[in-house]
Amino acid sequence: MSDPAPITVNGRPQPVPPGATVAGVAAGHGLEAGRRGVAVALNGRVVPARLWAETPVAPGDTLELVHALQGG
Amino acid sequence: MDDTLTIAGRSFRSRLFLGTAGYPNRRVLLDALAAGGTQFATVSIRRISLDGDAESLVDVLTGRVELLPNTAGCTTARDAVLTARLAREALGTEWVKLEVIGDRDLLYPDVEQLLRATEELVADGFVVLPYCNDDPVTCRKLADAGAAAVMPLGAPIGSGLGIVNPHAIAAICARSPVPVVLDAGIGTASDAARAMELGCAAVLLNTAVAGAHDPVRMAAAMRDAVTAGRAARLAGRIPLRTGAEPSSPQLGLIGS
Repeated sequence: MSDPAPITVNGRPQPVPPGATVAGVAAGHGLEAGRRGVAVALNGRVVPARLWAETPVAPGDTLELVHALQGG
Repeated sequence: MDDTLTIAGRSFRSRLFLGTAGYPNRRVLLDALAAGGTQFATVSIRRISLDGDAESLVDVLTGRVELLPNTAGCTTARDAVLTARLAREALGTEWVKLEVIGDRDLLYPDVEQLLRATEELVADGFVVLPYCNDDPVTCRKLADAGAAAVMPLGAPIGSGLGIVNPHAIAAICARSPVPVVLDAGIGTASDAARAMELGCAAVLLNTAVAGAHDPVRMAAAMRDAVTAGRAARLAGRIPLRTGAEPSSPQLGLIGS
């Protein structure tokens, strides 16, 4: 068995198991869907929180996991 | 006297918008926001740290102020548009302080990218408040593109130089069909008052308060300065003269 092929999460490669979803990857980084102040983009498109659980993530995909921080 | 600021149909009692970055700690930030009387505070949108998350700023600010997300640090219209869309998803607001930076040292806006991003976000239903150059033509183009307000810089971000070209700011205020918010460059209270005297509808600042020796006291000073500057603007200042104009009566002098 070779390692699962990677996706890119916030600029870093990360292996992704077969059948992975946005919700699964986000949860792996401590983000649960619906929490105010967080958002996810998959390949440059925002994935609304209600669709995290049903949006598959495949090798080669790029995910951005963001939150609101202090700013000017 | 009712003197409410309206942007995109929304009313604001306070004409002081504050940033939330660079405060010594959360307590001082919250106290400064309260002392400034601000209703609208900016936040940034950033990648989460993959090594663990801090206490959510959003949770701390919710119920105290409305949040205005920015696209700070973006250098292309594409990144700024995606950041705005992420902000809308994260915070449930269509309002965005649009920043597209063209020079990393000066943090000057990239006008071409800024216009493009404004058009795209307006078409997508956003209320766009672009941080822009102190240039009446750029401001006019942004308003024509559908910006809900224009936010020209007084001086480079964080410089504290004040308003380096007051004539340009006055010209923008005189011509703009949308509210003008002086954004960036404010160093102290007199700068904020000046912005309002020049005709700005509001002031957005961060470092001048966050970096002050006593941020809470400076926030209160900024609140008072904005109020005073606005009142002076509405009152109508006297014309400038190059010579003296006596205040006291010139008749009935003794010895005459």
